[in-house]
Amino acid sequence: MQLLDLQHVSFRQGQSDILQNLSFQMPRGGHRLLLGPSGSGKTTLINLIAGLYTPDSGSIRIAGTDMASLPRPARDALRRRHIGIIFQTLRLVSALSLRGNLQLAQRLAGKPRDGAEIDRLLAALGLRHRADAALRQLSQGEAQRAAIARALAARPDLLLADEPTSALDDANADRVAKLLLETAAATGTTLLIATHDARLKAHIADVTELAPC
Amino acid sequence: MLSLALAYLRERGLVTILNILLLALAVAMLIVLLLFSSQAADRFARDSQGIDLVVGAKGSPLQLILSSVYHVDTATGNIPLQSLDLLRKDPGVARAIPLALGDNFRGFRIVGTNPAFVAVHGAKLAEGRMFAAPAEAVLGADVARQTGAGLGQRFAGSHGLADDESQAHAATPFTVVGILAPTGTVTDRLILTSVASVWAVHGIAPHPDEAEHAGHSHEQSAVLDPRGSPQPEITAILVTYRNAMAAIRLPAAINRETALQAASPAIETARLLGLFGAALDGARLFAWMLAAIGGLSIFVVLLSAARAREGDMALLQVMGATRAQVMGVVLLEGLLVAAAGALAGLAIGHLLIALARASFPTLAAIGLQPWVLHPGEAAILAAVLAIGVLAALIPAARVFNTDLARTLSRGS
Ligand SMILES: Nc1ncnc2c1ncn2[C@@H]1O[C@H](COP(=O)(O)OP(=O)(O)OP(=O)(O)O)[C@@H](O)[C@H]1O
Ligand SMILES: [Mg+2]
Repeated sequence: MQLLDLQHVSFRQGQSDILQNLSFQMPRGGHRLLLGPSGSGKTTLINLIAGLYTPDSGSIRIAGTDMASLPRPARDALRRRHIGIIFQTLRLVSALSLRGNLQLAQRLAGKPRDGAEIDRLLAALGLRHRADAALRQLSQGEAQRAAIARALAARPDLLLADEPTSALDDANADRVAKLLLETAAATGTTLLIATHDARLKAHIADVTELAPC
Repeated sequence: MLSLALAYLRERGLVTILNILLLALAVAMLIVLLLFSSQAADRFARDSQGIDLVVGAKGSPLQLILSSVYHVDTATGNIPLQSLDLLRKDPGVARAIPLALGDNFRGFRIVGTNPAFVAVHGAKLAEGRMFAAPAEAVLGADVARQTGAGLGQRFAGSHGLADDESQAHAATPFTVVGILAPTGTVTDRLILTSVASVWAVHGIAPHPDEAEHAGHSHEQSAVLDPRGSPQPEITAILVTYRNAMAAIRLPAAINRETALQAASPAIETARLLGLFGAALDGARLFAWMLAAIGGLSIFVVLLSAARAREGDMALLQVMGATRAQVMGVVLLEGLLVAAAGALAGLAIGHLLIALARASFPTLAAIGLQPWVLHPGEAAILAAVLAIGVLAALIPAARVFNTDLARTLSRGS
């Protein structure tokens, strides 16, 4: 069974069609690049897959279940069980330290607290020395890596990464892509990366191109 | 969730502290008022128990009661000893106890009276025996503890109510023969001796018969002392009625037909508490308004914070928190601020009473206790916690109308 199964998904905001008749599948552990220029609907599609929006037509199934058919609490539970998101806007909780953000993600996902895993992730993303820093002190690129670390800390089945490399230089973009793929491979995580960053094509073969609308 | 709520409170630390202070101030004020009014009323009631009427020199009835029942004011003057015998002959009087005031030892009043005084206040001897011979004294529990005086100790009183060693009657010292067990009444702070002992200190020769029996043969000579020395006088008489009729007849008769004044502790105390009561009610209203303002400020802070952290709240939900959990964080913030305010207020309130007690001897004299808890305090704390939760309710309810996707795609 496919972990993620999109069939003929269409979605419109107001008068404009943002996504039209989009279909693709991802098996458990699969990787896919969602490539498209700014405004092509990448973030919108991630919100659709996360069940925050409902498609106007077509279906999106997560582990065989169509989110649109579920009442809100069940949809929230399904998202909690399967999905992690790296937000394009990062959304780090500034009241907490970097480590606090990772701990929060583990707790909210219902995973046991795993300090060793947190340390490992922070080290792998070059953030170990920032573990207890206030978030305001992080640079844009550090903040982006922090958001990635937080999403990985919760060990989701399906990781939706929205522009994870937009603020990173080539070396770091390369490093982040490798880490995402390695972690995904090690944990069996299914990875969908939405980006306009063609650099990532070097790492992932399966690509869905979104046309500008 | 607790750690997150704490993190948010810490993030806006100054505002949090101000909120806590505001509530603490209100709570402290409420606690002080509660303890003061309840303890004062309690104490007034206990001190005047068994005393139906006080007879003394003309003047302010309140002053008469304050000086001879609560021992906090100066006396209205002296009255002739014969008044005691007149009262004792009255069929409506069950008991009449003389008081001769005027001296103190280190600020503790020396009261010339008879052993029945001790019985009125339900006091019992802890050590030694009751005073009998002149110059023998029995100490209240606080007096013994604070002066460190024990049985056999000799001391001299000084004139007046204030502690002024320069006016000491060093020639006529007292000897401690007994110490009373604590009673929680004014007796704890008194030094009891016979009326004759007080006279002796002031060079008034007592009659051979002494005050207790004066009524039988010396009622005339008490007023006109044949030896020309100062007349034996007493300060006041504590009266216990024999029957209800006396309560109606006796005060009116005394006030109308004699040069004496009769005042009822119950009436004067009620008048005093009534005066106090209005002021206390005003202060209490003010304190509750302060608490309400504290609640309002929590509300304003949480509401603006809720707006500022809409993104965080949406994020928490998308990361797996239920709406109840997210609401819980906000409610917890309100509750924590209220709880901190309530506890700080509790501590400050009791501390203020302790401070007041240390700086105003009168408050110590009426037995204001800073370190006791009143059941009403639990009600105050509960009310303040409720204010905190109530103030957080509307900000918390905002989680029900946020569009998660839209909120999350706005810049952070
Ligand atoms: N809430 C909304 N209401 C109306 N239009 C919207 C809304 N959200 C997005 N859009 C429009 O949908 C289109 C796709 O937006 P989306 O955010 O998905 O693009 P994107 O591919 O993520 O772009 P970027 O790379 O800049 O993040 C845009 O034209 C945008 O203006
Ligand atoms: Mg986008």
